[in-house]
Amino acid sequence: MPRPFGARNDKNFMEKINIKIDGKEYSADSGQTILEVARENGIDVPSLCYHPDLQTRSTCRMCLVEIKGQKDLKTSCSTPVAENMEVLTESPRINRARKINLELIFAQHQEECPDCVWFFNCQLLKLAKRFGVKITRFPDRKIQRKITQCGPIVFDQTKCIDCRNCVDVCPVDFLSVENRGADISIENSQDEWKECIACGQCILHCPVGAIEGVGEFEEAQELGIKKKKMRVVQFAPAIRTSIGEEFDLKPGEIVTGQLVAALRKLGFDKVFDTSVGADFTTFEEAGELLERLKSGKNLPAFSSCCPSWVKFVEFYYPEFVPNLCTSRSPQTMLGGVIKNYWAQKEGFKPEDIEVVSVMPCVAKKYEIKREEMKINGLFPVDKVLTTREIAYLIKKNKIDLKNIAAGEADDPFGMPSGAGVIYGASGGVFESALRTVYFKATGKNPAGDEFKRVRGQEGIKINEITIGDKIIKSVVVNGIRNARKMLEELKKNPQAFQAMEVMACPGGCIGGGGQPVPTNSQLRKKRAAALYDIDAKKEFRCAHENPALQKVYKEFFVSEEIIRPILHTSYAPKKKSAIMTLKNSKETR
Amino acid sequence: MADLIEKIKDSGLTGRGGAGFPTGKKWEAVKSTPGKKKFVIANGSEGEPAVGKDGWLLENYPEEIIAGIRLALETFKAQKAFIYLNKNYFEKYSENLKKIIRELPIEIFREPGGYLCGEETTLIESLENKRLEPRNKPPYPTEAGLENCPTLVNNLETFYAVAQIAKGEYKQERLYTISGDVSHPGVFELPENWPIEKILHKTLNWPIEDFFVQVGGGASGVILTMEELENKVTGSGAIVVYDRKKTDPGTLMKKWLDFYFQENCGKCVPCREGVYRLRELLKQEEINWELVKEVCLVLREASFCPLGKSVAAPLESLIMKVIKR
Repeated sequence: MPRPFGARNDKNFMEKINIKIDGKEYSADSGQTILEVARENGIDVPSLCYHPDLQTRSTCRMCLVEIKGQKDLKTSCSTPVAENMEVLTESPRINRARKINLELIFAQHQEECPDCVWFFNCQLLKLAKRFGVKITRFPDRKIQRKITQCGPIVFDQTKCIDCRNCVDVCPVDFLSVENRGADISIENSQDEWKECIACGQCILHCPVGAIEGVGEFEEAQELGIKKKKMRVVQFAPAIRTSIGEEFDLKPGEIVTGQLVAALRKLGFDKVFDTSVGADFTTFEEAGELLERLKSGKNLPAFSSCCPSWVKFVEFYYPEFVPNLCTSRSPQTMLGGVIKNYWAQKEGFKPEDIEVVSVMPCVAKKYEIKREEMKINGLFPVDKVLTTREIAYLIKKNKIDLKNIAAGEADDPFGMPSGAGVIYGASGGVFESALRTVYFKATGKNPAGDEFKRVRGQEGIKINEITIGDKIIKSVVVNGIRNARKMLEELKKNPQAFQAMEVMACPGGCIGGGGQPVPTNSQLRKKRAAALYDIDAKKEFRCAHENPALQKVYKEFFVSEEIIRPILHTSYAPKKKSAIMTLKNSKETR
Repeated sequence: MADLIEKIKDSGLTGRGGAGFPTGKKWEAVKSTPGKKKFVIANGSEGEPAVGKDGWLLENYPEEIIAGIRLALETFKAQKAFIYLNKNYFEKYSENLKKIIRELPIEIFREPGGYLCGEETTLIESLENKRLEPRNKPPYPTEAGLENCPTLVNNLETFYAVAQIAKGEYKQERLYTISGDVSHPGVFELPENWPIEKILHKTLNWPIEDFFVQVGGGASGVILTMEELENKVTGSGAIVVYDRKKTDPGTLMKKWLDFYFQENCGKCVPCREGVYRLRELLKQEEINWELVKEVCLVLREASFCPLGKSVAAPLESLIMKVIKR
């Protein structure tokens, strides 16, 4: 096992070190790598395979530097700083090696720029310009390689540069390195006990766009054609603080109003906020939690908003399927409310309405097609576009998101509670549920920050929550590897927890597989913090306070018979899905 | 025993595997790094073409090898040692080695892969049953090797030399494997500071005709002309003699590159892509020598491990001195 570098938080490593980079003095923490120190100080050392979320692998060789007194060039990503080290990050020697190395990388990567997830932000092209490389110096050697689709994930080997970030980030080890030498390739697992859970972290961590969500970006363009009488769009909680990054706004900038205006400009008849759907989810889920605590059945209760987590349980831990709360996820919740309650009210047939969701997530594309989602034979949501896809569409239609006059989402699903907004961050679903559980148990609303202990980016957050005379043993998890640990713990000790929230992606949906690239912990932190800022300023912090929700329950959801099919779903153990081979990346299914 | 490391240092012994790292320093690093466990590995992978000295030692001096390993086990209070052998050597010498090992905590391990397994971190990965690829250094095996514990990896010949040092019989000699267009090929034990010319004469291998040599290893070794034979032998001690009349440089380059292509793990860009491209470039009727040299440059400068870095030296020296481009 390589030693973990970048261990800045480790107290043993907190010794200060003086180093010189390109002739200037810098102070660094021992244990940091040269690359980390350089980038922290604004020195742009190029790298493709380095990602702060992952352990250093040093396969791309772009981050080479010269160190005084050492004969060989060293990769700065793997070399720890040392006292009085003198480093050069640019020199004729370094640049010669980088240039030809980059030409060799280009020879692996078939360019298909116009519909690449990195189109607006391509690191390869930036480096090509910087080092003056001829990107066609060698003929592409991977044109004949295959393109595969597994669920909503498309893997294009003709673009892959074999850096292995996807292999390392995949939380279920679905991807592996096969063969050796020039025949090396990244393959989907054929193992019948391994399944892709569609979290899309591989997409975020691929430096060259070899992996994309299905339909990215060809399908987004079909939106130009309106197929039904009424076309509705809803946008997820986590979008409003992340999409700004696609338009050169500061990370974490809140752009809810601009996003609404842009969506309207794209031609949607109604713009609704999925956070209102989240309020419905909270209301139902809080009820489920209380009921289970009372009956002692199916504990711990698992959150079920994250389709990757749900699939993970269904495939890898089917014995825990009954623990998943049956309340629908916010997007299918709102889709169902739109196509049933709202349709009736507005005089539409459900089949006359097309519901499009904008999600920070690739797995949501899979979720809407689950048979279990159907209500009276109809899917509540018709199409999912990721944050990246909607940003692409906005740019393509020359809409200036940065400067557009803010709009307001439409009634009656335009005004969420604060609880509905924090769904986008790890802990948000549970905190929202707790606010309503508190109300249901005590008849009073909690203080806004009563349960803020469950917030934060840590992968596993264990808390005992006291509400009235109840103590809820809870765990909030982000990252499937962490979830696996907790499930193993539960196998040994079924009483360990009574409530468990899991989000597959790091930090929750703000770090989702459909979010802008790049994504890293700094960006995730800022996106999450902004969601909590929105929450703090809301008049209503609790889901049950939302007047829209109260109205719908009063008018429509008057009995369990009506509530069950529309606001709840079901789960069942799942088998491995097919891996399809495509002719080209446009031929997705 | 405490002063064995001092004795090794005083002897000036350097690693016989090819990299030539001072052995005393390596031993001292393993000794001084704290660890719950420590391991000793004797590297008998010997995957480089035209090198046969480890096989020669296994045939003739297995007791000395074991004695050297035993000294390391005692010096570090190490839990366990491995004798790491390529498939041939494993088949041929295991039985005999076991008789000498008896109760000592030494396991004979059969190499699961090829040339690259001789690289010390790949060797450790293979012992841990991982993909056969090099690790990043640092951390060095002396700090975090097998099972993340301080680990000494030395070539078989290095242990042989240590055994001699301990007995006070070390004579500053090393093993040379001589092959190619010579009349007396074989392994010879001669002073380590002798020039190539003297070695060829002494072993009655001085060729009469026009020739050049490859020194260090049959793939990674550098090409030296008849005018450069005052040099000492580097790397793993191989001398391959090529009769100029009989040798086609193109065929020779193809042989090396086929070897590197075959043994390539695919981990890093320069080696995976560079070796592939060199083979393609040399297939062309009109060879683009400038591009060949550029690819050699990136292999030398940017490769992850010694395998990739070593591709360039033989090619560059052959192109410069023999093909004269």
